[in-house]
Amino acid sequence: MGLSSGFLAVVLTRLAHAIPIFFAIISINFLLIHVAPGDPASYLASQSEGSVEYQAQLRQEFGLDKPLVVQLGIYLGKVVRGDLGMSYRYRQPVADLILSRVGNTFLLLGTGYLLATLIGILLGAFAAQRANSFADQLTTFAALAFYSMPVFWLGQLMLLFFALELGWFPTQGMVNIRLAATGWAKVIDVAHHLVLPASTYALYQLTLMYRLARSKLQDVLKEDYITTARAKGLPERVVVYKHALRNALLPLVTVLGMDFAFVLAGTVLVETVFAWPGMGRLMFDAIAARDYPVLTGIFTVVTAMVIIVNILTDLIYAWIDPRVVYD
Amino acid sequence: MTSVDAIAAESAAAAQPAGFAGFWAIFRRNPRGVIGLAVLTLFVLLAAAAPVIAPFGQKATGVGASFGAPDLVHLMGTDNLGRDVFSRFLGGCRISLLVGVAAAFASTVIGLLVGMTSGYFGGTIDNVLMRFTELFQTIPRFFLAMVAVALFGASIWNIVFAIAILSWPVTARLARAEYLSLRHREFADAARVIGVGTLGIMVIELLPNAAGPVIVNASLQVAQAILLEAGLSYLGLGDPGNASWGVMLYEAQPALRTAWWMSVFPGLGIFFVVLSLNLLGDAINDTLSPRSRAR
Repeated sequence: MGLSSGFLAVVLTRLAHAIPIFFAIISINFLLIHVAPGDPASYLASQSEGSVEYQAQLRQEFGLDKPLVVQLGIYLGKVVRGDLGMSYRYRQPVADLILSRVGNTFLLLGTGYLLATLIGILLGAFAAQRANSFADQLTTFAALAFYSMPVFWLGQLMLLFFALELGWFPTQGMVNIRLAATGWAKVIDVAHHLVLPASTYALYQLTLMYRLARSKLQDVLKEDYITTARAKGLPERVVVYKHALRNALLPLVTVLGMDFAFVLAGTVLVETVFAWPGMGRLMFDAIAARDYPVLTGIFTVVTAMVIIVNILTDLIYAWIDPRVVYD
Repeated sequence: MTSVDAIAAESAAAAQPAGFAGFWAIFRRNPRGVIGLAVLTLFVLLAAAAPVIAPFGQKATGVGASFGAPDLVHLMGTDNLGRDVFSRFLGGCRISLLVGVAAAFASTVIGLLVGMTSGYFGGTIDNVLMRFTELFQTIPRFFLAMVAVALFGASIWNIVFAIAILSWPVTARLARAEYLSLRHREFADAARVIGVGTLGIMVIELLPNAAGPVIVNASLQVAQAILLEAGLSYLGLGDPGNASWGVMLYEAQPALRTAWWMSVFPGLGIFFVVLSLNLLGDAINDTLSPRSRAR
């Protein structure tokens, strides 16, 4: 499949839509800081600890004496250059802090997401084959139950049972500091720490995958080519997992994109339970320390990610299915 | 989760509302919906009766040992400050339900106003409002709520406001879809002919016909708001003066090793309320859909 001019047009249209939305959201964020009670400088310098000189420096740096529109311009200019301000607590640029954590977040998110997709599709196929049976109703109810739990509470339960009661997994962190492992030993150590947070996350995300896989497969199983495949005498296993699943996969690919913000919010909460050193944990610490530049910085980065993932999702859709046209 | 378009399509195709008796006749044959309604009613009663049935003061410290395990006096044990967890559970029920209902109500009102206007007038107004809605749908709402509550302070009304202002787009899109399909129906034109004003048609004639999917969505929004509030509180952005179940889970985190009961009970509360709301929402949706009307 080559990159046709139609595809290129889709790319350009989506970008043209996305960029103003990004700036609008960042402006809302900026306005919040300014409408909030108190002096923005004291917020940016962290209310409790910011020294008078530091606040004066910030006031000049952000042009807080200038009109609001000029200030917004300065702020957006900084965001475009990747300057998200300085963390008061860590005395480091916020962008560097986020970059050092984002990999850990994606390790957790990626593993959990992969697990959720695999299990969700298998369970969905299982249920779709015996729609409305007792087994189907049971799995559907279980999926709804997991969807109704606060994900961090599910994490606390997992931690209570598998880490504290049974002692199978570590309670927190990403590596055992006392072990100070390197090479393969380190990989195993990280994987061992990853099991509980990733499983918690997978259970949380599973419901969406399961529901979509189940309803999509139910529809596909009624199609003519499935009847043909069955008529040819192919085993039911081949019909479901090879012929039907392949056609039901497209919407699943795009679940991630549809609600990436929801996906990230779940990660923040899971990271907090297991003290996983990712972006979410950084955000939690920033709230406790009133480290406002970190909070707003993470918001900016998350917004950018959500918008980029939205665009990628649309593009993948348009690429897989050329019938999709965007106006 | 029920898709916006599916709810809209189903109810648009539905016949005129058959009144509450007709609704109930179908609803009561849905076991999951009835169970959801029963569980929810139980928790609403618990919340209402909390001051009467709570054995100890919600904020009273030292009414038992610190980290006391559940027993006959302290049904859910005691926390680090020796407060009775069961009494706090009942108080938390009040706060969590209050935040959920208030936020869902406010977001439904905002969503209805935007969606009704957009769908009824169409054209440029529709275009502008839908762009605005799209913008709000793109905002990572959990993260903006965190920033806003951190900046403005963690009072329950700030939390309610933050959740409401970030949750209305789904309602707006539902209401818009309804109004688009309803505005030129015969009964609307008939009302116009006899001289009913625009506002009268929008509210008196069309709103009852558009209410189904909005009500379904509202019950799901209460569930979402309770979960959102719990998430914010768990990150330390709860109102410590009005401890919700989420605030209790935040306080439980450092004590997981010593006092499992501090975490298990408030979480179960959230779980049962959210599950019953989800069951109820699905059941109302099924009841209103034309397929079950035909049965």
